[in-house]
Amino acid sequence: MRAIAVFVLLALFPLAMQAMDNLFYVSLASRILIYAIAATSLNLVLGYGGMVSFGHAAFFGAGAFVVGILAVEGVRSAWIAWPVAVAVAALAALLIGAMSLRTRGVYFIMITLAFAQMMYYIFVSLKTYGGDDGLSLPGRSTIGIGTLGNDLVWYYVVLAILAAVLYGMHRLAHSRFGRVIAAIRENEARAEAIGFPVYRYKLLCFVIAGAVGGLAGALIANQSSYVSPSLLHWIQSGTLMIMVILGGVGRLWGGVIGAAILLGLEHLITDYRIGWLASLAPNYQDHAGLAIGIVLLAIVMLAPEGIAGLALNKKGK
Amino acid sequence: MLELRAVSKRFGGVVATDDVTLDVVRGEVHALIGPNGAGKTTLVGQISGVLPTDSGRILFNGADITRLKAHARVAAGLARSYQITSIFRRYSVLENLALAVQARSGSSFRFWRPVTEEHALFDEARAIAAEIGLSGREKTVAATLAHGEQRALEVGLALATHPQLVLLDEPMAGMGPQESQAMIALIERIRSRVSVLLVEHDMDAVFRLATRISVLVDGRLIATGAPQAIRADPAVRRAYLGEELAA
Repeated sequence: MRAIAVFVLLALFPLAMQAMDNLFYVSLASRILIYAIAATSLNLVLGYGGMVSFGHAAFFGAGAFVVGILAVEGVRSAWIAWPVAVAVAALAALLIGAMSLRTRGVYFIMITLAFAQMMYYIFVSLKTYGGDDGLSLPGRSTIGIGTLGNDLVWYYVVLAILAAVLYGMHRLAHSRFGRVIAAIRENEARAEAIGFPVYRYKLLCFVIAGAVGGLAGALIANQSSYVSPSLLHWIQSGTLMIMVILGGVGRLWGGVIGAAILLGLEHLITDYRIGWLASLAPNYQDHAGLAIGIVLLAIVMLAPEGIAGLALNKKGK
Repeated sequence: MLELRAVSKRFGGVVATDDVTLDVVRGEVHALIGPNGAGKTTLVGQISGVLPTDSGRILFNGADITRLKAHARVAAGLARSYQITSIFRRYSVLENLALAVQARSGSSFRFWRPVTEEHALFDEARAIAAEIGLSGREKTVAATLAHGEQRALEVGLALATHPQLVLLDEPMAGMGPQESQAMIALIERIRSRVSVLLVEHDMDAVFRLATRISVLVDGRLIATGAPQAIRADPAVRRAYLGEELAA
């Protein structure tokens, strides 16, 4: 019920902004929703599966580049480009996961990071498709009845996909597969000892998350009609991870809340100048990272289970 | 049904199990005893597939399972319990057992239908809870169970996989006399349908339950036989039983 209320509010948001003639916020909101999808997909491996993947940006970026490269080559239909982006991201996740999941703990973190950085350098050196400078798309994808160029239409497309992803993840978490994944996170040795082929479950979980991450990438490429290798950089992986931790590891809404807080904060700090703070430190806005860091620290200290966890605990769980 | 043929395992320079040849016959409760550090848990690890075997062969129902993964051995009907309790601590008793039932009833690569709608899983889990003496405790979170109850659940997880042979690694570890009696009663109840390889230090339990007893000392099997023969075996008395029986 609460979920439906949230989505009704999100659906009304652009109309309110339109009434106030402030469509910039619709665009910002689409961006936040796309990152919410990406963070939610990371939450599937990190939170539900207990696999601390530090390379999730690889799948996000791969999805974005597939859409970018296809668009430059003249394939602009979302019906073709997006599924290809998802498939490529899933394949990348299958290869990276198959190798990484043979390790555990810190080694798993490092090896996923290493694979993602390798992919980052591959796209940096891809001079045909922009290399360092990134790649500008001729425009957003088309869906047959027109392009997705209109920011309002675009917002609703992204919102619908986020809703589908969250619903899918909700179903997954309570399905047989979801139970097994949670059991593996809880006690991997025992899960194997009662007869579950643990490696296969973890790998499939990793691939599903990679595929959804690729879908988010396909969307982010459309968001500003531009893809940059920085989408694959380890800082991007870290950002997604921070979103999940902020919002709530293993909580359905964790990725959404985390994305909203982090990107919202970033926007607030760089776009609104606080008088008294500026008189103390005139160029504080150039160091948004520091301010965000302090706020994040406070949130993590006060809500160690993330904001979603906080809300749940208040209700007496 | 279980045949170990010259099975060995080394950890670096330390020989944990050395050339062990042992048969567990269908229908028996086969006790494996020996001093601490004799290699009993290592052997259970090798049989269950958690530890790779360096040399020798392990056969189950005639098939070579030496290189089979642990989960595949469970599917073949070979389950284990742990000496150090290993349960899903944040789950309720019922969720623990239902998960183990789920492991061997159909594919779990299913992504849409809620598990809670699968009443068959939970009905069977409830039956196992009753069997292991945890009726009325189904909703209790495993971490908050008493020690004896956790040990019962530990065995229950193994039983829920419908094994033909269950490896029980010191099921009575840390138990009081009353809890031990309950565990003995449980093993008595299941022995008609499940064969048991029982690793145990509680000699009272071993001699009450065992059809045959094998004695492991320093990784080597020094005797196998009926309880009376083992009790009388001079080598066994010298190596192990002497002080236990004198006490």
